Amino acid sequence: MLPLLICCLLLCTGCDNSPWNNPYPNQDSAKNIYYDSFSERPKHLDPVSSYSANEYVFLGQIYEPPLQYHFLKRPYELVPLTATAMPEPEYFDNEGQSVAEDSDTAAIHRVKYTISIMPDILYQPHPAFAKNASGKYLYHDLNPEKLTNIHTLSDFKTVGTRRMLANDYVYQIKRMAHPRVHSPISGLMEKYILGLDEFADELAKIGNGDAGSNYIDLKDYKLPGARVINDTTFEITLKQKYPQFIYWLSMSFFAPMPWEADYFYSQNGMTEKNITLDWYPVGTGPFMLTENNPNRRMVLERNPNFRGEAFPSTGDEGDHLAGLLDDAGKKMPFIDRAIYSLEKESIPAWNKFLQGYYDTSGIVSDSFDQAVQFNTQGDAELTDEMREKGIRLLTAVTTSTYYMGFNMADDVIGGNSERARLLRRAISIAVDYEEYISIFANGRGEPAQGPIPPGIFGNLSGEAGINPYVYQWQGDKPVRRPIEEAKVLLAKAGYPDGRDKTNGKQLVLNLDTPAAGPGSKASFDWLRKQYAKLGINLVVRATDYNRFQEKIRKGTAQIFQWGWNADYPDPENFFFLLYGPNAKIDHNGENASNYKNTEFDELFNQMKTMSNSLERQDVINKMVEIVRRDAPWLWGFHPVGFSLHHAWYKNAKPNLMANNTLKYTRIEPRLRAEKRTAWNQPIWWPIALMLLLLIIVLLPAIVSYRRKETESIL
Amino acid sequence: MISYILRRIAYAFPILVGVNIITFVLFFVVNTPDDMARMQLGMKRVDDAAISKWKEERGYDKPILWNTNARSVERITDTIFFQNSVKLFVFDFGRSDSGRDIGYDISQRMWPSLAITVPSLIIGLLAYITFGLTLAFFRGSYVDVSGVVLCVVMMSISSLFYIIGGQYLIGKFLHLVPISGYDTGLNAVKFIVLPVLVGLVGGIGASTRWYRTIFLEEMGKDYVRTAKAKGLSETRVLYQHVLMNGLIPILTGVVVILPSLFIGSLIVESFFAIPGLGSYTIDAISAQDFAIVRSMVFLGSVLYIIGLILTDISYTLVDPRVRLN
Repeated sequence: MLPLLICCLLLCTGCDNSPWNNPYPNQDSAKNIYYDSFSERPKHLDPVSSYSANEYVFLGQIYEPPLQYHFLKRPYELVPLTATAMPEPEYFDNEGQSVAEDSDTAAIHRVKYTISIMPDILYQPHPAFAKNASGKYLYHDLNPEKLTNIHTLSDFKTVGTRRMLANDYVYQIKRMAHPRVHSPISGLMEKYILGLDEFADELAKIGNGDAGSNYIDLKDYKLPGARVINDTTFEITLKQKYPQFIYWLSMSFFAPMPWEADYFYSQNGMTEKNITLDWYPVGTGPFMLTENNPNRRMVLERNPNFRGEAFPSTGDEGDHLAGLLDDAGKKMPFIDRAIYSLEKESIPAWNKFLQGYYDTSGIVSDSFDQAVQFNTQGDAELTDEMREKGIRLLTAVTTSTYYMGFNMADDVIGGNSERARLLRRAISIAVDYEEYISIFANGRGEPAQGPIPPGIFGNLSGEAGINPYVYQWQGDKPVRRPIEEAKVLLAKAGYPDGRDKTNGKQLVLNLDTPAAGPGSKASFDWLRKQYAKLGINLVVRATDYNRFQEKIRKGTAQIFQWGWNADYPDPENFFFLLYGPNAKIDHNGENASNYKNTEFDELFNQMKTMSNSLERQDVINKMVEIVRRDAPWLWGFHPVGFSLHHAWYKNAKPNLMANNTLKYTRIEPRLRAEKRTAWNQPIWWPIALMLLLLIIVLLPAIVSYRRKETESIL
Repeated sequence: MISYILRRIAYAFPILVGVNIITFVLFFVVNTPDDMARMQLGMKRVDDAAISKWKEERGYDKPILWNTNARSVERITDTIFFQNSVKLFVFDFGRSDSGRDIGYDISQRMWPSLAITVPSLIIGLLAYITFGLTLAFFRGSYVDVSGVVLCVVMMSISSLFYIIGGQYLIGKFLHLVPISGYDTGLNAVKFIVLPVLVGLVGGIGASTRWYRTIFLEEMGKDYVRTAKAKGLSETRVLYQHVLMNGLIPILTGVVVILPSLFIGSLIVESFFAIPGLGSYTIDAISAQDFAIVRSMVFLGSVLYIIGLILTDISYTLVDPRVRLN
């Protein structure tokens, strides 16, 4: 049987020198292709619906919103993408008179962003644009009969393109209000974009259009907050000052959408054929999705109509030395194709990275010790095995926070009383997140001093940035306050040695969590020990994720673990998680701990409309001080992202805000092919040894049998 | 026989209805339509209006099993259960909660599943019969004893061990095949080798022991003694008489699993990134996509019933003494 399998393999590999375990066709080995993996299929590829990092991996390369993040500069900086310049907001009072940016927020009645886009940007080849000789759209009169032999988008043989227009951006903004398109930010944008809420109501009343079940010709409806000035200029009007709006302009929600594509996909019978905008994106970006098989692989190919974009010629200090400016000024993208293969399990993905079949990889806990070690200074460095392969390690503190939230609506742990505040602060000291990071995150984290992660305006480093309620500055680093201080706080709160002084009963707190199973047990045991330092009995109430979410929504959870990834690099995107009007119980907002503090809320309203300045920093400092004092969260930690890159992967620099980084990637396919061949030569001797052992084991039995068969009775 | 088959098909309907109800109840005990909407719409910034809209579009805003606000028969028909179940009986699986045509997806994904399960079945059958016969042949010798011990040991090991061990040994250490992945056409062969081999090794313990038992039972029968008394060699008795008679229970055991080959293997497909129906089901459970879950459970039940009917028929074919009535 084994020889049979080997024969099959020989036939398949063609008996050449190429590795047998190559999961890709051998003829692709020297091609300029980028290889990566994904573990979760994207749910949405419609830019107005998509809101997940695993979807942005693809969408970011296909769609082009007006702005993007500079690839190299830190702190993160927005720069034009299709826009000709950064839009400057204009402010108007209720009489339509222009007012200064620093005017009183209440006096600002309208904010206008005028955005000019580059001319001559073309869409990727797509059947929605295909026309016949007389200029009529070829595929705009489809019906189920005509679609009989159509199964995928590539079955449409004729494609076309057209110039991107300002109207396409306006069209996309209108799509946020489309009753059949679920845009997760429609509610948020209705608060800000002028007339979007009424526009949504108007669309909701409209019946289905003539193309099919979903089509509404949005061109026929006016949205006062999004207006076309000319083919290359449009303006967005906001109802109030919202400086963070500029960040949204770098996200795919604001990418251009040609009406032809919307019409094309909305025709009768297309949805039944699984041909939808949610499955086949249409963009102007450097890549286009040519294979969407999320059960196996996703393939991006260079968009032949892409205008070309120059690699940045400026960067941070040190970028030049790191070789990150070697391609400065060169036209992007550098690669021809990008193949993302489905890898549901981390072990196969990791092993294929080590074999050179993926160009980059993260590090899961199972593989951490194989990849990374800590030197005597406590810095992470690669193991010898990784260094020998020429692998490089890049680390960056993520713009995320993992925290432990206290439900402020809870009678024991929540509330604004001094008792509850002292109790929460005592717990904040007792739960040693430095130890947690060391044990459970392989050292990949930075203890949080407040809600704002490093790299985002408002975060202070050094002594000025420490949380004085939990840490003290000793020498050149923050040191967690001793447990004795926590015990004193606990006693002041009315729980000496963890017992309620009114009845002598031990204080019992509940951690509500969706995590269960043996994988989580160790961390729960650790948490119990942390609370036990104060004499508090922590009960873990594990449940399934749906019930956990229900508890959070209803406010019946007591303590919970939660996290947040930044949408954009602004402190507002973290403080809003503690803003009273966003409380989960009352408003189903993102304030899961239901924290309410009038002073904080007022400062939040003030801070969110300010531009980054010393004055804004002062306000932020006050807000941070309030929440540190009230301790609605146990601040947890900011994860540090570790990524590994092979030697043939060029221009690697972690950019946690940008989604369109594939165009900067350069691969050296020849080096990769050489390494793959060297690392993956088949090894035969164990097979031969196993066969030999099998023969040795069976031989005596066979000999014995033959002797028995041939021996005569007499 | 035809009346028997028709009767069995008629019996299948209440079974399928029962399976549907159980699936339905189990799914909605764990997941509410709101949970399903949240899973589809994402976790960030989803408001109640979006959830209501999502449910309304898919009919999940109706009562689950009994509509107290409706009149007469609509109390049953105007429910999530009825609306989602009736079409299944004409194999109209409808659309998944994410909007995909389930029937089309099944037709696409059953081929990778078959690409793994069919070779696994055929090669496995040959291998297990060979091993079973070999142990029976050397019965009582050190080969038999050590073989049985090895079988028991191999039965006791988790299939995950074989998968991860196979990937490590064959894919990572020996570099003979890709660790995971899938391709179409002839290129699929190199991806299929390892999962088939792993499935084969994983099944050796239980199957070899079972087949050995069958062959040993046959070897104790009178016709074997007669054959030996006639002077036939041990090998001829074994391969010509014992094997043929031993194949009857083996064949009927195999026929029952034939239809379910379409469903694929949940764990193997997940670990080897095979885009088959096994991983389709697992993904649907993770994504709380009830439309796919109910379709796959229904399809699995139908295939299982077909397998049982085929088993009955195969009995009559291989054993003339059996009559279906």
